[in-house]
Amino acid sequence: MSTLSTKHLLGIKNITREDIEQIFQTADNFKEVINRPIKKVPSLRDVTIANIFFENSTRTKLSFELAEKRLSADVVNFSASSSSVKKGETLVDTVNNILAMKVDLVVMRHPNPGACVHLARHVDCSIVNAGDGAHEHPTQALLDAYSLREKLGDLKGRKILIVGDILHSRVALSNIFCLQKLGAEVRVCGPATLIPRHIEELGVKVMLNLKEALAWCDVANMLRIQLERQDIQYFPTLREYSMQYGLNRALLEEVGKKDLIIMHPGPINRGVEITSDLADSDYSIILDQVENGVAVRMAVLYLLAGRAKSSS
Amino acid sequence: MKDKTLLDHTALNYTLHRLAYEVYEQHTDFSNLAFISLQPRGIALGKRIVAQLKTLVKGQDIQHGTLDVTFYRDDFRRRDEVLVPSSTDLDFSIEGKEVILIDDVLFTGRTVRSGLDALLDFGRPKHVELLVLIDRRFSRELPVQPDYTGKIVDVVRDERVKVEWTEDDSNNRVILFSDDQ
Repeated sequence: MSTLSTKHLLGIKNITREDIEQIFQTADNFKEVINRPIKKVPSLRDVTIANIFFENSTRTKLSFELAEKRLSADVVNFSASSSSVKKGETLVDTVNNILAMKVDLVVMRHPNPGACVHLARHVDCSIVNAGDGAHEHPTQALLDAYSLREKLGDLKGRKILIVGDILHSRVALSNIFCLQKLGAEVRVCGPATLIPRHIEELGVKVMLNLKEALAWCDVANMLRIQLERQDIQYFPTLREYSMQYGLNRALLEEVGKKDLIIMHPGPINRGVEITSDLADSDYSIILDQVENGVAVRMAVLYLLAGRAKSSS
Repeated sequence: MKDKTLLDHTALNYTLHRLAYEVYEQHTDFSNLAFISLQPRGIALGKRIVAQLKTLVKGQDIQHGTLDVTFYRDDFRRRDEVLVPSSTDLDFSIEGKEVILIDDVLFTGRTVRSGLDALLDFGRPKHVELLVLIDRRFSRELPVQPDYTGKIVDVVRDERVKVEWTEDDSNNRVILFSDDQ
């Protein structure tokens, strides 16, 4: 018997290593469940979850919704484009109105960093952050680390490289926190314009040369260039970016890494950060990440919802 | 109150023998029979019953799986701590099988109820029987009765019955104790 140290999952920064281990342990059980003929358990049958997405999402939203449905929770979906947010309602008001309809748990994605923290201070229910601006995306980091643990075992001392648009990436920040808590060594690689200042203070070394970085690492997590968040031009052209920081077979062979693991949080821009053939190759665990995403999110929701009633 | 021994090592061994024979009396063909232990405490009992039966039905393969009921419990969100699940290991189909569910102590009947729900998510067994080592018959909250019983124990609610297994089977026993000691 055990409980997470927190009522919300706002970011990896706010949870402990023990929390992460517990989520993984529970996810192991849910992974077994989602591979059964009947992929559903009745645990959350009296729980209602609202998925509130103020920003577009395909994978994360679908993954959360599947996780919720496989736990037998009632699900309501809400997207900002078709809501009263457009009429000027504040975030806290919107969520409180939803909670007044007896919702137990909120999963939220928001374009502003810290939106979930703000909400957690003002409303009385558990909040799961499904991505807040360029801040954190905790469930993505958990499923990334879970997929790696499945492949490599203990992550202590493993060398993990995050490549690409670190500046605009919530996946990068959550991954750094999560992997470091599990004892792995993390470095980032990308054009200097896309590396946030002072990132070294997180204990992360910056490498500007992809070839050298690949020679160092066990795992390369290739991030997408987030053009939608880039207000100015950070590099000359996509083609040039791809030549400098794109992963392709020739480069991999040059470095001579046969057991490298390639990850990608999706959606992939094929031919930009990674070539098509590598994304579909045996190096890649991209689809494992997606499968594990459902199991990990089930674990998070199960552990938070189990707590929700007793702590209120 | 001091621990009271309900079944000592020797008595427990006899009981296990008897339970195995009772199952054998009802089921001579083991090809369509599956033993499923409820996690976590039915595992040790299930292993020992199956081991006894293997000596009786030499050469016949006996199917034995484990089932975790955590996700099917009816007290989720009603207790202070979240229950951590154990693993389910059913590598055979239960469709059309005769299933014997195994647990160590039958108390309120709620675990068995969860077990039945969990079991049905893996298929439709032909019929399901229940084998328990200890039946606390006056504590039932649901209409659940065992088909094979090791020992019936009548104790008050706040007394607890615990089955202790040692790794090498040298000192297995069933004890009665109260929480306030």
